[in-house]
Amino acid sequence: MSTRTGRKVGTPQGVVGTSPLRPDGIPKLQGRFEYAQDLAAEGMLWAATVRSPHARARIASIDIAPALAIGGVHACLTADDVPGRATFGLEHPDQPVLAAQEARFWGEPVAVVAAEDLDTARRAAAAIEVGYEPLEALTDPEEANRRDEVFRRMRIRRGDQSVRGAVVVEGEYEVGMQDQAPLGTEAGLAVPDGQGGVDLYATSQYVHVDQEQVVASLGLRPDQVRSHPTGIGGAFGAREDVNLHIHLCMLALHTGRPVKMVYRRSESFTGHVHRHPAWLRYRHEADRDGRLVRVEASVVLDGGAYASTTSAVLANACYFAVGPYTCDSVAVDGVGVRTNNPPCGAMRGFGAVQVCFGYESQMDRLAHALEMDPLTLREINALETGHPLATTGQVIQTPLPTVEVIKSLQAMPLPEAGPSDLPTELPGGSGLTSEPQHVTRGVGYALGIKNLGFSEGSDDYAQARVRITDSGAVVETAAIEVGQGLVTVLAQIARSALGISHVEVAHVDTSKIDSAGSTSASRQTQVSGGATLEAAQRLRERILGQFDGDVLDDEGVWRGDTLVTPWTALAAGDWEETVTFRHPPTTMTDDNGQGVAHADFAVAGHRAVVDVDVELGLVKVLRVDTAQDVGLALNPQSVRGQIEGGILQGVGLAVMEELVMGEGVILNPTFTDYLLPTILDAPEVEALLIEQEGSWGPYGAKGVGEPPTISSTAAVAAAIRAASGREIERVPVRPQDIALP
Amino acid sequence: MIVELTVNGEPVTARVNHPGSLLDLLRDDLGLPGSKSACEQGECGSCSVILDGALVCSCLVLAADAHGSAVTTVEGISEPGALHPVQEAMHRAGAVQCGFCTPGIVVAAADLFAVNPHPTATEIKEALAGNICRCTGYGAIVRALEGAEIVADR
Amino acid sequence: MEIVHPRSIEEAIAGLSDGAVPLAGGTDLMVEVNFGHVRPENVVGLRRLEPLREWDGSRIGAGVTWRRIEKEGPTALAEAARTVGSPQIRNAGTIGGNLGTASPAGDGHPFLAAVDASIELTSAGGSRLVAWDEFFVGVKKTARAPDELITAVELPDELPERQAFGKIGIRNAMVIATVCAVVTRSEDGRTTVGLGSVAPTPIRAPRAETMISSAAKPTDADLAEFQRLVSEEVRPITDHRSTEEYRRHGAGVLARRLLERCLR
Repeated sequence: MSTRTGRKVGTPQGVVGTSPLRPDGIPKLQGRFEYAQDLAAEGMLWAATVRSPHARARIASIDIAPALAIGGVHACLTADDVPGRATFGLEHPDQPVLAAQEARFWGEPVAVVAAEDLDTARRAAAAIEVGYEPLEALTDPEEANRRDEVFRRMRIRRGDQSVRGAVVVEGEYEVGMQDQAPLGTEAGLAVPDGQGGVDLYATSQYVHVDQEQVVASLGLRPDQVRSHPTGIGGAFGAREDVNLHIHLCMLALHTGRPVKMVYRRSESFTGHVHRHPAWLRYRHEADRDGRLVRVEASVVLDGGAYASTTSAVLANACYFAVGPYTCDSVAVDGVGVRTNNPPCGAMRGFGAVQVCFGYESQMDRLAHALEMDPLTLREINALETGHPLATTGQVIQTPLPTVEVIKSLQAMPLPEAGPSDLPTELPGGSGLTSEPQHVTRGVGYALGIKNLGFSEGSDDYAQARVRITDSGAVVETAAIEVGQGLVTVLAQIARSALGISHVEVAHVDTSKIDSAGSTSASRQTQVSGGATLEAAQRLRERILGQFDGDVLDDEGVWRGDTLVTPWTALAAGDWEETVTFRHPPTTMTDDNGQGVAHADFAVAGHRAVVDVDVELGLVKVLRVDTAQDVGLALNPQSVRGQIEGGILQGVGLAVMEELVMGEGVILNPTFTDYLLPTILDAPEVEALLIEQEGSWGPYGAKGVGEPPTISSTAAVAAAIRAASGREIERVPVRPQDIALP
Repeated sequence: MIVELTVNGEPVTARVNHPGSLLDLLRDDLGLPGSKSACEQGECGSCSVILDGALVCSCLVLAADAHGSAVTTVEGISEPGALHPVQEAMHRAGAVQCGFCTPGIVVAAADLFAVNPHPTATEIKEALAGNICRCTGYGAIVRALEGAEIVADR
Repeated sequence: MEIVHPRSIEEAIAGLSDGAVPLAGGTDLMVEVNFGHVRPENVVGLRRLEPLREWDGSRIGAGVTWRRIEKEGPTALAEAARTVGSPQIRNAGTIGGNLGTASPAGDGHPFLAAVDASIELTSAGGSRLVAWDEFFVGVKKTARAPDELITAVELPDELPERQAFGKIGIRNAMVIATVCAVVTRSEDGRTTVGLGSVAPTPIRAPRAETMISSAAKPTDADLAEFQRLVSEEVRPITDHRSTEEYRRHGAGVLARRLLERCLR
């Protein structure tokens, strides 16, 4: 038995608060990491999808004979072949697995085929003859509202509705349809198990909800479908909803062969939901000192053809319609309409992004009307711990350092004056459109707030298991690593809690563990992290109790200076602990939208610096600096990665990212025309992490994924407004909006 | 037709039945899935390879047109069992998130460093302007490559 | 499918006469292949055809890449080359391929229009030089016959000393031009304006050119009138990338700025 004499008390490596390197970093850098696109199986078939070329059409006939006549084609399936529930949906199962009598959006799947190779599958899909009778498509959200084609209406009334302020500003704002555009398109492999069941490996943010929907539509028992986490190239909300999952399982069970499908980019743009385009109307009233006394808002979101998460996105938009500000007289009316536009649903920020552009534009207008510094106005009205949320009245219980965020932004140094003379640093870049004399600089600020975790009474839980192994411990979870670094942070939490250095994370399938919920709503660090922390703590306590030890470390269990149970002995035992973690309960709000709808909140602020060529309407976003409420940064490098990446998505929405619609058709479903910011479009970012403990997340951590995207868009818009003098009532801001207002 | 080419220093032979890209040939026929397909039109750089000494998008190379050519993919960018300094630097800087763009960025960065061992931030950005990353906001990528001590070797 | 890799122009032309598709850098054709729009069964691979890569003074071989033009081309053509796609695209894409595709937004076209370049087309019967304005006949349509190969671009022996390129796009790399333009000005005041993305083919702005060419020292009023005339002469459309109104405006502003650069 060894003793601790001369041995430094071991601090485990890679604990919380440090930035250990990603375990999947090197495989990804070497091209060895396996993504859903890379999967293959013996005897595998390839699948392709037939999609409606109309925004709305009656399906009069489908003739699969020409496709089946092609050599190597094994299956052509239509709505008639769906064995179980004909529809699916994340919240309401209203979307056909395959369109039956009517196709309701451009790109809606009508049939799927499986063939020996991809080329044959695509030719077979093209050979299927669908008789469409185009119908009039409802694509105008206002018209849909008039016709009461709605998924949900929201009505929030808080406080005395008769209050009026001395200073009033009104505005109407519009947000275009953004796409998550994860770099990996939808992909998956379904493998029949030979006993009527199926194993699915597909791009997903939420394998348990995929599994439930596959089970329902295939008419199988839950134990017959196993959904496996697999490598995915980004998500950002695009992978919460089912798309190819049920199709693949149908084809696999029909053919008895493994079936693989990978969406092309243009299919991906129709195959997942988008960020809701929004139309906002605001009226802010304040007293002469700048205190908000009343806010009225109207929110219209276009949900597209099917429900997806429109109801929840609308709720979020309405609950955060006032932003991180206090106000005791509030009226918000919202509607999520049903149209024949593409279905919209989850995207990073989930409704909070759209309204932020509205309320922050209003706060700037109000500051202008009051002749007040815009940050001072925000500070006067800052929502903090102990205050009621202006909309729902929920008293904020966890730390909400809004004032510190504002003061931090104020203190950050501005870049040197004047535009650069480097072409790449000027608006227009190497297009050489703009010279320094054509350019005006603008600075803009915005703050944003969002809930963390699921809301409105959802049973939001995550299960995790911590198990002792020969080398240390493993955290088993069905939570999805989408690139954000959950695989690193769960291990860090377990290391800190157990006191050991060697912890791995294993992403296991739906048959091995209960749900971790979706990798969305900035929730996994807090919820799966919470489950991991509790499991690891319990395991450590049980181990120490069993061996009457006082310290657990990489060598084993110590009692004083004596190693009483070496790791090998521990590993020989059957040590594991499974915990289901639930965050503080929330409730559905009442008829006036009042109640405790949210479990936690985060606030962030952004300051954008832009150079604008007003005459041509071109913008160069130079810097977006930020202060963000993070609770505690469990992995500072990952937090910074989330901040920088989230900001660039916000910049994208501000100046270039939009799916352009024409009568229900996406006019730009390619990377040539749906423009994502390149490295030459990316601003410099300085990020201040505001750490205040007190949240219920592990070690006080808060989710950090969404706040960077919420107010960065509004900050860039504000900076463009400052530089150009234009009103800027719409994002993305297009050159003509500046040059030809 | 039969296509013969050199991939990562090894001669390979493949049958090409229909007009497809070098990217598909690499991924589906030659067992080299490291190059990624994300846009099919040369607008993202995820499929970047070095073809006869030049950085190109392998999705825009007709597989049959690579007959007689030499191709280096991400799988061949470093010596076996070792990391290219670009890979090492990106790993340390946290420049990898979902990783789907990463192989293309590694190849493009290695191509830059082969001719310019000490690039400025502007030169790094110009060289990577054809590689879309949706996760990182590029900050960590630039920091990684600015700090990389990289010796030209190719 | 089959591909031939000719070793001479003659072999390439012989290949084409069998109805095969010419393939240069692949940056346009392969997009069509990947999207399933075309399915070429016979291809003539030109990428390594050495004679097409020759660049002799004012004669630029069709196989010269944008990468090389970016480094070695005349000022405004080099500036245009730098905005073609990305480094990957410039390494593969060629000036001849750009002409073969004949996109209204082709980044190299305004220069060719502004300097009155000709395109050399070669068939079994020999070569002919086609003036740029006869070469482009419509959106992605050219005067090239199926059995002809684009073999070179012929620039005038003397290029205007002052020349400037500009391209409006809403991203700082890899962007299709909303408007692109080249303005040249000679010592004698003669000014030309080549414009792209504002008509089915690249165009010139003759009225604006005539007006400003006669102004030895253009005043602010002359510049404003020049801008106005360019805006009037373009024939843009509204599509998902921009509006007719903005393209008109942008063409005028850009041309005026490029002229100002030439006058400095």
